[in-house]
Amino acid sequence: MKNKSKRTHEPLFHISKRTDVSLKTGIIIRIVAIILALIVCGIVTKIFTGDNPISIYKTIFDGAFGKGRTLVTIHEIAILLCVSLAVTPAFRMKFWNIGAEGQVLIGCLSTAMCMFYLGGKIPDGLLMLIMAIFAIVSGIIWGIIPAFFKAQWGTNETLFTLMMNYVAIQLIEYFLKIADKSGSNVVGPDLLTHGWFPTLFGTNYLLNILIVAVLTVVLYIYLKYSKHGYEISVVGESENTARYIGINVKKVIIRTMALSGAICGLAGLLLVGGASHSIDSNLADGRGFTAIMVSWLAKFNPFTMILTTLLIVFLERGADEVSSKFGLNSDFAQILTGIILFFIIGCEFFINYKINFNHKKRAQVKEEK
Amino acid sequence: MDVNMVAQFISRAVLQGTPLLYGATGEIITEKSGNLNLGIPGIMYIGAISGVIGGFFYQNSGSEVVPFLAVLIPLLCCLLGSLLTSLLYCFLTITLKANQNVTGLAITTFGVGFGNFFGGSLIKILKSDVPYLSLVKIAKAFKTTFDFGSDMGVFGKIFLSYGFMVYLAIIIAVISGFVLKRTKIGLHLRAVGENPATADAAGISVNTYKYLATCIGGMIAGLGGLFYIMDYSNGIWSNNGFGDRGWLAIAIVIFSIWKPGLSIVSSYLFGALYILFNYINVPMAYLPLIQMLPYVVTIIVLIGTSVRKKRENQPPQSLGLTYFREER
Repeated sequence: MKNKSKRTHEPLFHISKRTDVSLKTGIIIRIVAIILALIVCGIVTKIFTGDNPISIYKTIFDGAFGKGRTLVTIHEIAILLCVSLAVTPAFRMKFWNIGAEGQVLIGCLSTAMCMFYLGGKIPDGLLMLIMAIFAIVSGIIWGIIPAFFKAQWGTNETLFTLMMNYVAIQLIEYFLKIADKSGSNVVGPDLLTHGWFPTLFGTNYLLNILIVAVLTVVLYIYLKYSKHGYEISVVGESENTARYIGINVKKVIIRTMALSGAICGLAGLLLVGGASHSIDSNLADGRGFTAIMVSWLAKFNPFTMILTTLLIVFLERGADEVSSKFGLNSDFAQILTGIILFFIIGCEFFINYKINFNHKKRAQVKEEK
Repeated sequence: MDVNMVAQFISRAVLQGTPLLYGATGEIITEKSGNLNLGIPGIMYIGAISGVIGGFFYQNSGSEVVPFLAVLIPLLCCLLGSLLTSLLYCFLTITLKANQNVTGLAITTFGVGFGNFFGGSLIKILKSDVPYLSLVKIAKAFKTTFDFGSDMGVFGKIFLSYGFMVYLAIIIAVISGFVLKRTKIGLHLRAVGENPATADAAGISVNTYKYLATCIGGMIAGLGGLFYIMDYSNGIWSNNGFGDRGWLAIAIVIFSIWKPGLSIVSSYLFGALYILFNYINVPMAYLPLIQMLPYVVTIIVLIGTSVRKKRENQPPQSLGLTYFREER
C-alpha cells in the first residue's frame, strides 16, 4: 500500500466549495481585487498616455466628480442602477435575461412615440401618464414573450432575449425613418417637444434620481420580505423543490419577467422623458449588458448594486476624461471597464471556493517512510 | 433582373456571409463543449484588430511587401489575439468557475473597446506619420483570386471570384462538421457538452476538452473579423464597422441547429438578407424591417426546436453551466 501511494501522482492542491465565508473576508477579497484592477488600469493608461500614475488617477476622478460633472455622474448611476434593478428579479430566479437592452429600448420607443404623436394635442400631465403606461406595458410585453416560451416549452431564454434586442433596435430604426423624413439617425428634442419631465428645485435629472432611489428600496423589500420574493428565490435554487412545495413555477417565471420588463420600460421612460428628450437606436448604450454584470457582481442585492454601478460609472466617465485629455479614442473606457470586470469576476472564485494545498499530506507520507 | 445581377447578388451575399460563417463555426464548436461564449463578438473584434496591428507594422516596416508574408503575418497575429482572449475566457469560466454569461459579456465589452480603441488611436500611440489606418497593400494580398475565374463568366463570378479566406471558411466548417459527427474526439466533445459529469466518469478530461474547444472556436471566430477587415473592407478600419455581426453569428448557431454543415448555407442566407434591400424596390423606410428579418427568423427557429423537442435538434444540455466535479 505504502509503495503504491508513493508512486501515485498527487496534485499540488485540490479545490473545494465553501459556503461559510464571513462577510468580512468576502469584502476584503473584493477590495483587494478592485485595488489590483485599478493598479493594472493605471499601468495600462500609463503605457498609452505616458502620464504619471498619480495624475492619471486624478484625471479619472475629475472626469467623474469634477466641477459640474457630479450631477451627470449621479444621473448615469441612477439609470444604470435602474436597469440593473430590472434584471435582478429574473436573475435571482436563474432566468438569464440578456434582453434588458431591448426592453429598455422598446420603453424608449413607446415613450418617444407618445411624445411624437400626442405631444401638444393633450395636456402635458395626461401625456406623461400615457407615456408612463405605454413605456411600462411595452417593456412588459418584451419581457413576457421569452418568459412565456421558457415556461411553456423550455425555450432557451438567453438566446431568445438576445435576439429580441435586435428586433427592438430595428423597430426604433423604422420609427426614426418615419418620424424624421430627412433621414437622420436621431429624432431629437425639436420633434419631441412635449412631455418633458419637470425640473425639481431647478435641477435637471433630480426627478429621475429620486424615482430610482425609491425603486431601489421598494425592490429590496419586495425581494427580501414579500411572498413573491421568496418564491423567486426558491425557483432559482431548484425548480423541483419549488414544484414540490406547491409553487406554480410557470406563473412565477412569467410574473417575474413581467416585473423585469416593466422596470426596463421605466428606465426607457426616464431616459427619453426625463433626460435626453430624443431617441436613437443607441440610446440604451449597452447598459442592458452592463447591468447584467453590475447585478451579478452585487450578488443580486439592490443596495450593493449602488456600489457596483458607482464603480463602473466612475471608471467609464473617468476614462472618457483621460481619453479626451490625451486625444485618444473614447473606447478607452471599455478597456478599463473590461479589466476591472475580469478582476472582480476572477475574485469570486476565491470567495466561493477554497484551495487546499496538499503539502501536509505529502510531508506525512515522507515521515511514515 | 438579369443573370449578371443575380451573379453579383450571390457573390456579395457570400462576402457578407463569410464573417458570419467563421463566427458561427467557432461558436458551434465552443457551444458543443457546453460553453456559451457570449464573448464571440468581442473576440472577432480582437481578431480583426490584432491582424490589423500585425499588418500595419509589416506594411510600414519599410521593406517590400511580399504577398506570402502579407497574408501570414496578419493571420498569425489574428490567431494569437483571439487565442489569448479565448484563454482568458476559459481561465475565468473553467478554472475559476465564473458565470459564463457575465464573463462572455465582459469579454465582448473589452473586445469591442479594444478593437475600436486601437483602430482609432494606433497611429497616435505609435506617433506614425501616416494619415489613417489603411492596409491596402496587405488587403490586396488577401484578395488575390484565381486568374482563370474572371474568364469564366457567371460561373466564375459566383464560385471563383473570392479571396482564399472565403474557401477557407467553408473548408473549416466542413471539417468541423466531420470531426464533431464522425470522430471519437467529436463524440467526446459532445459528451462533455451534454453531460460533463458522465463524461468525467467515463474518463474524459472535461476541462481539457472545454479549453481546447473554446480556444479553437475563438480562433476560428477571430478569423471572421480578419476577413471582414482585410477582404470585405479592403484593409480599411472603421470604428464599429463590424457592427453586430458577432451577435448575428450567434443567431446563426441557433438557426443551423448546432450543425456546422448547415451553418454554411444559413450564413450565406443571412448574408443575402443583409444586402437584400439593395436589390429590391422598397421605400427606404422599410429597410429596418428587412434587416429585422434574420433575428425574427432565428426566434421562430428557436421556438420551433423547443416546441418539437426533437432530440438531435436541441442545444447541448449543459450549455451555459459551469462544471464542478464535487457538485452533484
